[in-house]
Amino acid sequence: MRPLLEGLRRIGRYPSALVGLAIILALVGTAVFTVVTIPYGQALELWRGGETWRMHPVNARPAWVDRIAGNNLPQTIIVSSDDAPITEEPFVGGKRLRIPLEFDFDYGGFPSELNLFLTSSHAEREPFVRLTWETPDGRQLNLGGRRPAREERVSISQDWELERRLGRVPHVGLFAAPGDDGPPEVLDGRYRLVLDAITFEEDARIGADLVVYGRVHGLAGTDHQRRDLMVALLWGIPVALAFGLIAAVGTTVTTLVIAAAGVWYGGWVDAVIQRLTEVNIILPMLPILVMVGTLYSTSIWVMLGVVIALGIFSAGIKMYRAMLLPIRESPYIEAARAYGAGNARIILRYMIPRILPVLIPTFVTLIPTFVFLEASLALLGLGDPVLPTWGKVMNDAQTQSALYHGFYYWVLSPAALLMLTGLGFAMLGFALDRIFNPRLRTM
Amino acid sequence: MNAPARDMRGSAAGPVLSARDLHTWFELRQWGFLRVGSVRAVDGVNFDLQAGESVAFVGESGCGKSSLARTLLGLHQPTRGEVVFEGRPLGMLNSAERKAYLARVGFVQQDPYGALPPFMDVRRILHEPLIVHGVRNRAEREQRAQEALEEVRLSPAADFLSKFPHMLSGGQQQRVVIARALILRPKLIIADEPVSMLDASVRVEILQLLRSIQREHGLTLAFITHDLSTVRHFAERIFVMYAGRIVEQAEVNELLNHPQHPYTQALLAAISDPDPDNARHQREVPPGEPPSLLKPPDGCRFHPRCNRMIAGTCDRQDPPDFEPRTGHMTACWLYR
Amino acid sequence: MAGEPLLRVEDLRLHYRSGSGVVRALDGVSLDVRRNEALVVLGESGCGKSTLAKALMRLLPRNVQHFSGRVLVDGVETMGYPEERFRREVRWVRLSMVMQAAMNALNPVIRVGEQVAEPLRVHRGWSARRARARTAEVFGMVGISADFLQRYPFELSGGMRQRAVLAMALVTEPDLVIMDEPTSALDVLTQASIMNALKRIKQELGTSFILITHDVSTSSEIAERVALMYAGQLVEFSDARDFFRDPAHPYSKLLMASVPRLHQEETPVHIPGQPPNLLDPPGGCRFAERCPSRFDRCDRDPETFRIGERRTVRCWLHAQESGT
Repeated sequence: MRPLLEGLRRIGRYPSALVGLAIILALVGTAVFTVVTIPYGQALELWRGGETWRMHPVNARPAWVDRIAGNNLPQTIIVSSDDAPITEEPFVGGKRLRIPLEFDFDYGGFPSELNLFLTSSHAEREPFVRLTWETPDGRQLNLGGRRPAREERVSISQDWELERRLGRVPHVGLFAAPGDDGPPEVLDGRYRLVLDAITFEEDARIGADLVVYGRVHGLAGTDHQRRDLMVALLWGIPVALAFGLIAAVGTTVTTLVIAAAGVWYGGWVDAVIQRLTEVNIILPMLPILVMVGTLYSTSIWVMLGVVIALGIFSAGIKMYRAMLLPIRESPYIEAARAYGAGNARIILRYMIPRILPVLIPTFVTLIPTFVFLEASLALLGLGDPVLPTWGKVMNDAQTQSALYHGFYYWVLSPAALLMLTGLGFAMLGFALDRIFNPRLRTM
Repeated sequence: MNAPARDMRGSAAGPVLSARDLHTWFELRQWGFLRVGSVRAVDGVNFDLQAGESVAFVGESGCGKSSLARTLLGLHQPTRGEVVFEGRPLGMLNSAERKAYLARVGFVQQDPYGALPPFMDVRRILHEPLIVHGVRNRAEREQRAQEALEEVRLSPAADFLSKFPHMLSGGQQQRVVIARALILRPKLIIADEPVSMLDASVRVEILQLLRSIQREHGLTLAFITHDLSTVRHFAERIFVMYAGRIVEQAEVNELLNHPQHPYTQALLAAISDPDPDNARHQREVPPGEPPSLLKPPDGCRFHPRCNRMIAGTCDRQDPPDFEPRTGHMTACWLYR
Repeated sequence: MAGEPLLRVEDLRLHYRSGSGVVRALDGVSLDVRRNEALVVLGESGCGKSTLAKALMRLLPRNVQHFSGRVLVDGVETMGYPEERFRREVRWVRLSMVMQAAMNALNPVIRVGEQVAEPLRVHRGWSARRARARTAEVFGMVGISADFLQRYPFELSGGMRQRAVLAMALVTEPDLVIMDEPTSALDVLTQASIMNALKRIKQELGTSFILITHDVSTSSEIAERVALMYAGQLVEFSDARDFFRDPAHPYSKLLMASVPRLHQEETPVHIPGQPPNLLDPPGGCRFAERCPSRFDRCDRDPETFRIGERRTVRCWLHAQESGT
């Protein structure tokens, strides 16, 4: 195996290989980090969506995009009653509470939504809460009263009555500077939502979380289900790498062994392998995968299995066969036969190692093609139903008409990661090709 | 038809290896199934090799000498006739016995670089035959590998064990090939043109090495060559092959000094010793080229090129072996 | 012989880059070939003899690091010729070449006749018909029947293919044909027959030959002068008679003694050791390490001494004889 190691040592002379290797290592590092910090189960849980994400904005763009554009769009602000200076006045059979939820708002845009999450620990009688909105310029708006259940979401943004009063959707109207004409402008300063509550039980408690949903979120933004895209982008890395690697290893190893066996035994074994390959080559892979996905299962493992199964008798067999044919006739194989080496030994120990160095570049460049295949399947709606992957993100983006709505980051970030993966493996693969395929090497 | 050659030194035991009416034909097919004929690479060969002797099979390319070597090694199945090793025909051996036979016969090939797997180091190359033949103990294998390297004068052995073939010179590569042939402690070594791919300056060295190992261990050495000028120094008997058959056999000096078959005579006449006078005259060369083994000529296969051809005999009937001089056999009608 | 030789080479140097450094494949080679003369360049593999052939034909590898010296054809310096002029006036016009293993480099899908006629069509712009007639003639000279013109290379035996590439080198009637190991891969009878053809051609056409080979015996079939190379340098350049009968350089002596002879009882000797690495050749005489007659002067690079009329030797042992 020394030539292999020598070849690998020569990578250092090719800057492109180093760049490719750096990209791959970065991806692998991130993948490991992801799997450790967001375990598999948790990732599936997160990606299923729902209440976990209630405090995230819908379709927020990545924060850094806004930073570059210089728009200073709002981030999400969460004001919790736990941090608020609550004043309590007990009376017989209950107490009176005043919960001021204060926050500073000085962004170049309005929030995307405004929700208040109330929790109440009453036993039988619901408390009563009255909401008052105080703007920096001292205006006070009565947002009405509620009798919250144990957990209650007060969707201020969807308060139609309030909207009618303000003449604008509440999350704009409440933050707009006074004035009727022209587009609304944000009034900077300190806002306050005051909760005046009366409980009818002495030990009942009231908690409140005011969420002022931003228009930007994190590094990746969020999707239509408030999910942080970062989860999918990060988890897409291990999924893509594993899929690509397993598929590439699976197809290459089996193909190689089968091709070598065909070459070695020749005769009808070779003929059967060749005919199978020829039939298999003209079978269209994608439609078969679509069929399996539609009729059977879209689990990524099933797809992986089908991809490998279809990849075994691929054009690679023809290529390996052409490479192995002269090796079968080479004197060292004859010498091995002359000292009594058996067929399996000759195939596995004498024929295959001979072409491995030449295959390594092909193998490396094969990995991203399987990554792309997986993404394509997901984009076609045949992605794994539970796993967060890049293809799934793009599939969501497509069904939500992301580009039409200007959510280009939704498509671009998974696409960029796909391209980066392809680039990394391609740069490394092409450099390896120059190292291991001396015919291409210029002296 | 051909009487087996008598051992001239009269060894008590039987021959180590014999060929009996050995034929190796390769079927030629068109489009994979239509039989269009057979290449008669080995076509009726008989001989006995005695323990401890060194013999040379001499002939031009395409005379069947390499096919003969491979048939002896069991790499080709004989079409007819048999190879007999220590009294047992190869065809009768079961697979375990066949494997055991392969351990008794070492093979040295022509192209030393090609004969060594380029991805294995010398250690691995020498361990391989031992692994194949069930030597499980690594220390023992290492020990034997070192011994084999010392045997072929690659010392200190430790320096060579971790080298890869491309790091060795042609001569060193061929020594490793010989070490590999020796490592199973064979009784017989078949060397197919062991030096023809090597530099002239190394050839003698390798031939001497083979010869001294052969003498030391009392091995039988069958070496196949096209180079008559070296044969004298490394073989005791010569078999001259032409078109799949042995046409002449004798002890080395007898054959070189008194060639009987017109083909042998032509071969010897064509060989130049370095002499400035060579440039002054044309050499006698028989016309034409060796015949196609697909359709060899009737009768004596050399007759179309022979200037002493007896019309009506040589072109009709296969010549049997005659013994024009004691211990000197030739298949030529001239000695009827 | 008076006057300017057909080919004169002075201090030819060719160094090329390799993965591990600069290989000094030719390091100051000077020789000459006269009209109708056969010069044999002998040497072990890796001594630079094939590089010499390619350098003369200016078929240089791409990784040349240094190429210098003088190459005079009929007294005219050609080193300065641009490639196009060299191709038009020298290569395949004055000098042609049979490359090593050229017989295996014939295009398998083109008829042999067409391939052999190619230089005529390219260099002389002859019609196919005229070129074919000439090719048939040359085929006769090298001993192939004109029937073979229409065959494909795989239908020819090795000997026939070698004759065909020889015909290709002769077809433009060059003054000098350089042949790199033309018979090494062939059988004894074929070798002898091709050497016969060369002798005949030399006599009939007056062509000069440079035969590059490691095979001392076969080279004696045609040699009139012998140039022996070692590690990129010419160590002896002698009349063939002197060289074969009484070699001067210690390396020549050992080489001659290592040649197996059919009618000789003694076992040929072998030359111990290996040639030096051309990446970093030793400072003094390059043969010193293997030389039985080594003495202290050998640490310095020997000059080339002239001995008598017909011999030069690059060895300190001959400093006295040459009178320098």
